[in-house]
Amino acid sequence: MSITVEEVYETARMILRQNLDIRTTTLGLNIKDCVHTDFRKFRSRVQQRITPAAKRLVDRARTLEIRYGIPIVNKRIAVTPLALVMETHATARRMVEMARTLDEAAAEGGIDFIGGFGALVQKGMTRTDRILIESLPDVLAATSRVCAFLNVGSTTAGLNLDAVNLLGPVLHEIARRTPDGIGCTRFVVFVNAPEDNPFMAGAFHGTGEPDASLNIGISGPGVVRSVVAEHRTCDLTHLAEVVKRTVFKITRAGELIGRELARDLSVPFGIVDISLASTTSPGDSVAGILESFGIEKIGAHGSTLALALLMDAVKKGGAMASSSVGGLSGTFIPISEDAGMIEAVKAGALGLDKLEALTAVCSVGIDMAAVPGDTPAETIAAIIADELAIGVVNNKTTAVRIIPVPGRQAGDMVDFGGLLGCAPVMRVNPFSARAFLQRGGRLPAPLTSLRN
Amino acid sequence: MAHVKKDLLFITVIGHDQKGIVARISHILYRHGINIEDISQKIMDSYFVMIMLVDITEATCSLEKLNRSLQQIAATMHLTIQVQHEEIFKMMHRI
Repeated sequence: MSITVEEVYETARMILRQNLDIRTTTLGLNIKDCVHTDFRKFRSRVQQRITPAAKRLVDRARTLEIRYGIPIVNKRIAVTPLALVMETHATARRMVEMARTLDEAAAEGGIDFIGGFGALVQKGMTRTDRILIESLPDVLAATSRVCAFLNVGSTTAGLNLDAVNLLGPVLHEIARRTPDGIGCTRFVVFVNAPEDNPFMAGAFHGTGEPDASLNIGISGPGVVRSVVAEHRTCDLTHLAEVVKRTVFKITRAGELIGRELARDLSVPFGIVDISLASTTSPGDSVAGILESFGIEKIGAHGSTLALALLMDAVKKGGAMASSSVGGLSGTFIPISEDAGMIEAVKAGALGLDKLEALTAVCSVGIDMAAVPGDTPAETIAAIIADELAIGVVNNKTTAVRIIPVPGRQAGDMVDFGGLLGCAPVMRVNPFSARAFLQRGGRLPAPLTSLRN
Repeated sequence: MAHVKKDLLFITVIGHDQKGIVARISHILYRHGINIEDISQKIMDSYFVMIMLVDITEATCSLEKLNRSLQQIAATMHLTIQVQHEEIFKMMHRI
């Protein structure tokens, strides 16, 4: 056989012992053409767009799992940002009703999360955008599958501080209305949000996309960690090469399965998102990769260099493996979903300050960060604003998913359950930026945006 | 003679070597019209690893059914059995 025994075994080992899987197949669906002046008909069209497509996605994904022996863990749907289609039905009550429609359509289709309940407000907010933002606590309390997002800045538009300032009170209210603030885990704030990100909670079907597209998120921190563990003493160049070759293989699996699934569903193939995404499974940890590099605990001095090396190698390996790389394509460092991250926070090695630094070299941002429930609203807004400023100035995506957990203090552990994992509540800097944020307005687009 | 493209699968068996692995799996394959193109056995990471390349072009059962039958053997013999179309290996291990 032209494929060697070693290669077959290597693949089997990746799946069986190193947690290789297709983390998500996300079908993006345009719902702009569902708009109707009759709200009931509008919702019915949305449901009819989503449910049959979801059922087909789940069914075809199952067939490919069997054919290729690689688990496809999540099947999800992302729709057009709701603020766009709700402009002529912009009331708080209707926002919740539409959210319920999405929730029920997803449930009926066998989908656990549906993304897109959000708005693009990087330059300013329409009346509808505001209503949507203010409806988020009701929406997230009334649903269990709907995921929400906001894009509040971009390198070309700057950062919309007025929108950010709304989020402190909104997040507090979401937290108040859901057990342990779990509703906040279904809301992400971005700058430079990609239109084809397959990962929840920030996935949405961008306005530049066709009627449908199929995007894949592969994942293999466990695989990368295992390979790195076999190279304990090589220099950085060689280490980068090892990671790159491994990510190549992982990405190829995603490319094959993604293209075939798209063909089966008769939709265009979108992108492979080559992000390394942790799970709570032992060994499937991005922090674990850095520890295999030789960092004692993520957060230690040296972590930023290590993550920069990892990220670049991931991108190079992934880009070679696929003709269409997109989405976030970086490294996820979610605190609650990564055993190594949790340990590092508990041990005092990692705090919000270092996390922020790490996000300057990796794709995602401050993800699944639990903070004390009594953190002032303006401090929450400031944490978000800082993280997003990094994205705006450096022309990259950054995002925040933060949970102010009611009644909890720094050092407590909050168990969100399932995929969301366990989050240690983190210490927040007690000094205030209130007077600064109160100024409102917009951070002007940085000079680097003037590229014409 | 016209060349027909074969539909090939890799069956990976991992576990402890014992009597009957090849016999039992071959029997299932034979019953379902599946030809064994190649077999390799090796000790890897101190495990017994057997890899079969099989042709399912004329198989009389679905992939799902084949997988189920093989998983039954895996369960009784305390083995891990993976069934995968060859395409995934070509994609992952070749440029």
